[in-house]
Amino acid sequence: MAALCRRFTGFHFLLVLVSLSISSLVFGDWIGDDEGEQFTEELLLKPLPDRKVLAHFHFQSTAHPSPDSGHHHHLFPKAIAQLIWNRAPCDAVGHFMVQKFQIRDLELSFTQGRWNYENWGGSDPISSTNAKPPGVELWATFNVPVVEIDTTWKNLTHALSGLFCSSINFLESSTSYTTPSFVFGLNVSNIRYGALPREAVCTENLTPWLKLLPCRDKAGLATLLDRPSIYKGYYHSQKLRLTSTKLSGIILEQTLTIVLQPNIQRNSAHSLLDGAIQPSWSISSMFKRNLTGSCVLARTSRILVELEKNIVSKLEELGHGGSWSNSLLDLSPNPFRVIKEVNPFPEESNSILFEYVNSKEYEPLDVGIKWKLPFVWSSPHAPFHASRFLMGSGTERGSIAISLQSTKSDEYFRSKSNECRMQAVVFQVVPWYVKVYYHTLQIFIDQKLQNLSDVIEKIRVTPSEDKKLPGTLELVLGYPCTVQSVALTLDFDKGFLHIHEYPPDANQGFDIPSALVTFPNLHSSRIYIGDDSSVHSPLLLKFQEKNVVLSYTEVLLVPFTTPDFSMPYNVITFTCTVLALYFGSLLNVLRRRIGEEERLMRSKDANKRGLIPSIVSKITSKLRGMPGSKPLLIFAVVLSVLFHYIVN
Amino acid sequence: MAVKEEGDTSQQGKKSRSRLILRLGALLVAHSGLVSVVCCAAGIIAFILLPVLANNTYISENALMPGSADPAFSSQEVLDANRLTMDILNRGAAKASGIEIAKLLREYIVAVGAESYYHKFVPRANKFHPLHFFSSTTDNLDLPANPSCGSFILNAVGIIRAPRGDGKETIVLVTPYNSQNTTYSDAVSLGIGFSIFSLLSHVTWLAKDIVWLAADSRYGEYTTVDSWLKDYHGPAFPGETSRIVDDACFEENNSDSLDHIKVEGHNSYVYKRAGTMAAALVLKVVDKKEEERDSLSIYAEASNGQMPNLDLINIAHYLAVHRQGLRVKIGSIIYFLKASWVKLLGEMLQHITTLAKRLNPKWKFDITSADYVEGTATLASSIYYQALGVPTGSHGAFRNYQVDAVTLEFSPRSSLNNENVRSAFLLKTGRLIEGVIRSVNNLLEKFHQSFFLYFLTAPHKYVSVGIYMIPFGILIAPLPIVAAALFSSNNGSSNKDGSWKWLQAAKVVFLIHLWAMITSLLPYVLLQLPLGTPSSFASAWAAVAICFLLITYLILWSSSIDCGWELLKSVMIVAAAIGLSLMSVINFSTAQIGAMLIVPMCLLVKPARKQTQGVFAKALMLTSNLALLVVAFPPAALLIAKTLFGASGNIDIGDFWEWAQILWSWNSATYMYLLWIHLPCWVLCLNIFLYPCIGSSSKA
Repeated sequence: MAALCRRFTGFHFLLVLVSLSISSLVFGDWIGDDEGEQFTEELLLKPLPDRKVLAHFHFQSTAHPSPDSGHHHHLFPKAIAQLIWNRAPCDAVGHFMVQKFQIRDLELSFTQGRWNYENWGGSDPISSTNAKPPGVELWATFNVPVVEIDTTWKNLTHALSGLFCSSINFLESSTSYTTPSFVFGLNVSNIRYGALPREAVCTENLTPWLKLLPCRDKAGLATLLDRPSIYKGYYHSQKLRLTSTKLSGIILEQTLTIVLQPNIQRNSAHSLLDGAIQPSWSISSMFKRNLTGSCVLARTSRILVELEKNIVSKLEELGHGGSWSNSLLDLSPNPFRVIKEVNPFPEESNSILFEYVNSKEYEPLDVGIKWKLPFVWSSPHAPFHASRFLMGSGTERGSIAISLQSTKSDEYFRSKSNECRMQAVVFQVVPWYVKVYYHTLQIFIDQKLQNLSDVIEKIRVTPSEDKKLPGTLELVLGYPCTVQSVALTLDFDKGFLHIHEYPPDANQGFDIPSALVTFPNLHSSRIYIGDDSSVHSPLLLKFQEKNVVLSYTEVLLVPFTTPDFSMPYNVITFTCTVLALYFGSLLNVLRRRIGEEERLMRSKDANKRGLIPSIVSKITSKLRGMPGSKPLLIFAVVLSVLFHYIVN
Repeated sequence: MAVKEEGDTSQQGKKSRSRLILRLGALLVAHSGLVSVVCCAAGIIAFILLPVLANNTYISENALMPGSADPAFSSQEVLDANRLTMDILNRGAAKASGIEIAKLLREYIVAVGAESYYHKFVPRANKFHPLHFFSSTTDNLDLPANPSCGSFILNAVGIIRAPRGDGKETIVLVTPYNSQNTTYSDAVSLGIGFSIFSLLSHVTWLAKDIVWLAADSRYGEYTTVDSWLKDYHGPAFPGETSRIVDDACFEENNSDSLDHIKVEGHNSYVYKRAGTMAAALVLKVVDKKEEERDSLSIYAEASNGQMPNLDLINIAHYLAVHRQGLRVKIGSIIYFLKASWVKLLGEMLQHITTLAKRLNPKWKFDITSADYVEGTATLASSIYYQALGVPTGSHGAFRNYQVDAVTLEFSPRSSLNNENVRSAFLLKTGRLIEGVIRSVNNLLEKFHQSFFLYFLTAPHKYVSVGIYMIPFGILIAPLPIVAAALFSSNNGSSNKDGSWKWLQAAKVVFLIHLWAMITSLLPYVLLQLPLGTPSSFASAWAAVAICFLLITYLILWSSSIDCGWELLKSVMIVAAAIGLSLMSVINFSTAQIGAMLIVPMCLLVKPARKQTQGVFAKALMLTSNLALLVVAFPPAALLIAKTLFGASGNIDIGDFWEWAQILWSWNSATYMYLLWIHLPCWVLCLNIFLYPCIGSSSKA
């Protein structure tokens, strides 16, 4: 209906009003109902192999599919609703203002720190949806005609930057965003993607994010977000995901993924060598807060503790399948329910989720794990570990290299036969001042240079345009699964920038945003038993979605030639000197009378003396009070400058 | 142009007065003799005065904030260091395979919770690359067909990823050790390196990643560090060189390795990187007894006289002196410390400066005699190492990649075997390094605030480029003036051939320069020949060069060059001036030393047969010419320097070959200077000195 509105003229306006009022009458009872708008809060805790703990907060708000509720929401944050359908009434002329941002899908993440794909997992749902590149990343798909997308994007960046107190508005410039064609699914041309790798993330971004929650951080799981403890972590990614469809309405997912180091008394390295016992932790010890009660507006409020399949297999070895209190570890208090994953490979162990319902108001729910035995396990890796680095040195040219290194840990491939073919999609955005020569693309598989046409299944290159467009490379690689390493290199020249185009701290260098490597034929979906309970858990529903396994590479820092930024001062002094010389000589020329000068010279030549006697005579004449001639003046000036220099 | 104008004025005579600047130029040219004497003297005096003109260093970049935080390096870390030291000594004694220490280090690194891998390479000898003088040589490694296990070098590398950092920048720590012959001080330096690494693995303030390279310096630490850096900046794709020999050489060792190594054993040879390097520190412990206090020696000179940013030296010096109470030393040449003439000069200067201070209290040229002597010795070593163009340590490898790096060499007061002495020493050095790393970590931009072009006259005193260029400028200023004077006098006297006669002289000069260039490339050919000893190489080089020179003269003879020695001298001087000014941009120190030799020679040289009034003047001219010609001949200058600075031992002709070999293997621009500028200039001077006839109708 909203899309139709634009075509309506003044006459139709009445009709629309009528239809609006009818629809609000019809669905009136919906709005007040819990079914229309609901809010859930969940927290997933998971021990990580390198003695850290992952905490993943998942808040989800849903709003009614109809836009007619307009300005009135019970739980759903109004600011977000306005992002989706911001309808202004008719203006004076009678035109409908076009709905502000017809967003179909939006994802905004603020991240500090790097996701450690080797230790924290690369193929589980958390890593494939919540591992984000450092800084800010934003992508959105729009429901507006293609010509309007850019302006809508620009307005959206401004709105978001106001909403989240950050510099997302820098994504407004066409040099900083791009239009990927096939990386984020099939939607072509109505998606925009931008990243700000240098954006610092802090509480000022978290506070507006928390304000979108109905209970803010006053009640419920969000009370755990003690700023000092969460910002002390090793990874901090706050994400906002917005999907709006005609059928299900608006779904707002707010997730906060943090990796914390439980307090351990530091032992020396040697004791670490001897017994690698994992640190025990609990919610209160990690967050320095107690969890008492849920947000009353939340439909569900639960805590899940996940044990990875490698832990579970160890437990099974020891003979306690899904028990939470055994010789290896102790989970306290007793969980409300145990949810097991169903795996396509029956012989393997599966991860287990222990569910706690956060309802007691007076007794703090202090979930924690106590380890009893030293135990080392590893997280599920993505089949290939992606990393990116710069080659070459100097301030003239270099090359970007992206390398995919087989982790060799995945039995998935070992089971497959030789004809198994792996697909990897590489998405790389490069700012215009890094002038990438795409024809220099070289692909090495197991250190052997490959014919590009053999390896590349699909490629799309948007060359950069100076001061207008960033360069974009989208590439689908196909290669056998048994390959050990894949590397691709691209040469670039470093451009020269105008002095005002340098960012602050230009001497640090320039950032190239993270590249994204996805593996489209691998999915990180999980299936759980006990379906009726999981239906009500949006987090578990999320886990069951078919998400493509992906990984972000490092941000690169390219050192550039920087001018001396005190140069304007030098330029001013130089131009002043040149101007002074110019005016001096101009005045000199204007003042001169050539005929008279020649006559003077002739008379002077008659009684010519040596230069030094003439200088002496001039000095004496000066002393006598006669007006000094120009050379003498210059001589005196030079002398005085020399003297001044020596004195200083 | 001034020359031409000058010629015009002299021709046109009194017709019209030219502009002031031309008249001043003409004045200078007319009094060229006086000007050159004054300028040369002034240049050399100003150069000698450099220690007086040195300023105190200061920390220019405010973000560094050295010493603003309390060091966290505690006795716990000292224990860590001790434990590793003991382990290394025990294990190193047990097995001398060369890779035991690397394995041990990796175990320790993994235990700390950091990433780690082995870097492996085959050392290769430096070859003569005639065209690689300014490029950082990034030629691809071509593996030998069947490398043996023993020829590989294995380095353990650890990486700490900054917990909240974005991984764009890194700080590199290098601790070289010799795996074949691990000394106690090697083990201690590894201990320090590890204790700092383990401290940094759990600090909260880290913003840049930390890479610790334990470099096996069996074949020289520079080679190791350079090869690691080459891989860091080059296409060392995962598992490239390693896998081939890996299994063959290390199979037997893998079986008994610990469990946690096995966990990530599969990728222990995968080369890992960590962003752009911000700075690098090379740590070394030397067990030479110091008199009073534990001391720190800073080495900073990289290839071709490149220096790291002065701020890096400043923070190390500041923290060492004001926080840890270490004595900071910078290399000095002992000859100058002991020479009595320097002492005398110092005393004179002391008197003069006190006098000057009495005249104007604002003048800050206040120097004591002892300070002057020390400053001169330090400045001399600073200039010497910059002029040589050979890095003074493995920090030089970083400079090729525009990374600021210094070597910090610690030496304890008394023997490190004493438990108390060692822990106090470890505590001091550890805190110092922690402080330096913390300062660099604070840095948001790369080092750019402070000086890159400077000499040090003391750890806390520097002479910046703005000051030391002045003596050099004064020194070479007479060259164009004298050239113009010679040109104009020659042109003025013989007007019949027109003003194109200088082209003949230019042809001679060009041919001699061409000869010099060919001579400089000769070693490339000679190295292909199976000549055994350096002395045979050197004699072959000399013989071929002299042959070529004779051929050049034959060509010149046949083409019947007809130009006076004045013109030849004037063109030669112009060429020398251009060469020296170019060299002063590339490597100032070389140009300065070269100018002190060349400039007087060029200015004074006259044909021996030229008649002058007075026997005394002629004798003086002859002897000075001869002396300068001997001193300015590079091999002779080398010999003189060798005897002067007390390097005893018999002198062999092969030494020159070895010396040249050092220069080209380090890509030193000094080699180019010597053979492209200095040598042709000397040959031309010799040519002028032995000029057959004095008149203008002479033949070369």
